[in-house]
Amino acid sequence: MVVAFDEMTGADGGVRPAYGELSRWLDEVPPDVLDYRRREAELLFRRIGITFAVYGEAEAQERLIPFDVIPRIMSGPEWRLLEKGLIQRVKALNLFLKDVYGAREILRAGIVPDDLVFRNPAFRPEMSGHSVPYDIYVHIAGIDIVRVDADTYYVLEDNARTPSGVSYMLENREIMMRLFPELFSRHRIAPVEDYPDQLLATLKSVAPSRVPRDPTVVLLTPGVYNSAYYEHSFLADKLGVELVEGRDLFVKDEMVYMRTTQGPRQVDVIYRRIDDDFIDPLTFRPDSALGVAGLMSAYQAGNVTLANAVGTGIADDKAVYSFMPAIVKFYLGEEPMLKNVPTWRCREEEHLAYVLDHLHELVVKEVHGSGGYGMLIGPAASKVAIEQFRAKLKTAPKNFIAQPTLALSTCPTCVESGVAPRHVDLRPFVLTGSNGTRIVPGGLTRVAMKEGSLVVNSSQGGGTKDTWVLDG
Amino acid sequence: MLSRTADNLYWLSRYVERAEYLARILDATQRLSALPLAYVGSSNEWESAVLTAGCATAFFKHYDEANEENVTNFLAFSTANSSSIRNCFELARSNARSVRTALTMEMWDSINGTWLELKRYGNGPTSREEFSRFLRWVQESSLRFDGSAYRTMLRNDAYWFSRLGVYIERADNTARILDVKYHLLLPDNERVGGPLDYFQWAAILRSVSALTSYHWVYRESLQPWLVADLLILKEEMPRSLASCYEAIVRNLDSIAGAYGRQGPAQRQARGIRARLQNSRMDGIFQRGLHEFIGEFITENNRLGGAVTEQFLL
Repeated sequence: MVVAFDEMTGADGGVRPAYGELSRWLDEVPPDVLDYRRREAELLFRRIGITFAVYGEAEAQERLIPFDVIPRIMSGPEWRLLEKGLIQRVKALNLFLKDVYGAREILRAGIVPDDLVFRNPAFRPEMSGHSVPYDIYVHIAGIDIVRVDADTYYVLEDNARTPSGVSYMLENREIMMRLFPELFSRHRIAPVEDYPDQLLATLKSVAPSRVPRDPTVVLLTPGVYNSAYYEHSFLADKLGVELVEGRDLFVKDEMVYMRTTQGPRQVDVIYRRIDDDFIDPLTFRPDSALGVAGLMSAYQAGNVTLANAVGTGIADDKAVYSFMPAIVKFYLGEEPMLKNVPTWRCREEEHLAYVLDHLHELVVKEVHGSGGYGMLIGPAASKVAIEQFRAKLKTAPKNFIAQPTLALSTCPTCVESGVAPRHVDLRPFVLTGSNGTRIVPGGLTRVAMKEGSLVVNSSQGGGTKDTWVLDG
Repeated sequence: MLSRTADNLYWLSRYVERAEYLARILDATQRLSALPLAYVGSSNEWESAVLTAGCATAFFKHYDEANEENVTNFLAFSTANSSSIRNCFELARSNARSVRTALTMEMWDSINGTWLELKRYGNGPTSREEFSRFLRWVQESSLRFDGSAYRTMLRNDAYWFSRLGVYIERADNTARILDVKYHLLLPDNERVGGPLDYFQWAAILRSVSALTSYHWVYRESLQPWLVADLLILKEEMPRSLASCYEAIVRNLDSIAGAYGRQGPAQRQARGIRARLQNSRMDGIFQRGLHEFIGEFITENNRLGGAVTEQFLL
């Protein structure tokens, strides 16, 4: 296996400039102080109640995501490069969605195969022929980025449905500032605390144009049993908007209202953290108790804006993902600034043959999966697991894609044995409104706490770090 | 504010108040049951505790006998009893969790801390001593929650709805004690003055933390009609029906003022309060104490329903 690029020591073992102060500080600080602060951080998280649920684990209904106290650092120029790439990527995602639900030029040009769109469960025919305000579909995107060397970033996934994790980005920074004031006095770090303001401005900017007043924004959550419920309540609080559940809303004459102690109040923008499938039992899953009956009719009538739009799943589908470089070129006439991980689409015979021959060195993912569930990491899997997966793959090759095992960059991390490198990724949050695209510098760094592990998902035991973008 | 948020706040307060009330009943019953039979008579105190908690039907579905072990377990720790202390705290915390944004940090801290602490008590006490500690802890937890709400909440509708929950629950609790023990408070009771009843009256007062107040208000030894007067008509007594209704009317008026609209809940509450203000104990005894209490419980429930209908749906 290739040696991973370490973000602090680089390829040659010398400390990279952005990490200069941190490295000196790590040398100075006694290990027990670091350990003490780590425990203090855990206590703070527990007290604030920042927990998440892991599906399928009855015991640990509310668990903490491990927090690592050593920050991940990017220099200003590194960030600006990434930022440009992200803006380009999200612009292309929005253009693609507008096209797929509109003129379908990209299909006619043969860039993306028809059936990949039309036979995709994430494609929502209900959206065809309906436009959305300002042609923005993905208001909030969480683009997962991995780094393999000093200059190369790959997009691992475009999360264009209901990306989560931004509360950790915000809370991690708060807690770091509380625990390590001396570290902050030695750096100039771009702030992230204005994210909620930017998000609210973004949401208001896409209100239906008929709204003459200050638009009423709400955040729609599936409720307390959802794994990201803490984040929903955290964001609603920071945004200063009502945190509503489906039963708090109702639709009358194609308008959406919420039930308040003073009677019905009209709602203009819904930041929904419920999947398409559950949003309206009249249109989608009839057994959904989480949604609002008739919401789609109000949406299609243009009386309410949903963020993100319905049907964005077609753009972050793992099979469509493999076409992203071509999609960027098609709409923008530019070379993509962020690379795609080379991807084998098991739906294509040649690709499948290659994948079946190289299972032990590839990562194979379900096309519609997320959260690190149901994937095979070839180099780490047992022979039995590989053979089981092979059988699964052969039965439904269309459901899978495969990628090489990337040597994700590592970052110094506090572990049992002291400070050691662990693999990380990065999820910046890209906001798009009628008034432009904004990205709060940094994002959420996720870290695989186990030595050698490449799985950073919180549901699989991954942790998080504060992410610093330095001045200059 | 969202109706559901108001509903959660209202029930959060009710459940915390109910947990405290149950702890008080259990505490008072434990004291009574520790007295020689000659002092308290042969009545089954544990059965009366179940009646006072208003869950006799559910209790006898699970147990044949109302003894100390069964009753403490059912009222304090049982998961089968929807109103056990454990379930009250569980429900309070889950209500709190769904309205995190409407709570102050101190309130969340308090209820979340209580909930975390609850796990320490496992499935019940291992000794009487530990159980007493548990009862004290329940009362302290409720005081801490109530105090944090009182001291940190903005005085807006959220606060008023949470207060309404406290007082409607409290009025119900006090009325239930009176309902179960009314025969002890009748002035023409043949056992008046016996040592038997003294401890029963003390237990009633203790279960609403009014034993000391009684002496300050009346400066007399315990008399049953005065106990009834204190718990029903004295506005200065914080758990009396009159005091609860003073607070209910005040909070409903604040809501009406902020919303610019009076409704059925306000009118009903004022009606109940006026009746309490215009009553005197001898009149109540004449018409029947039991009937009076029974009517009050019904009216109080009806007001709860009116509040729900007017604001919480």
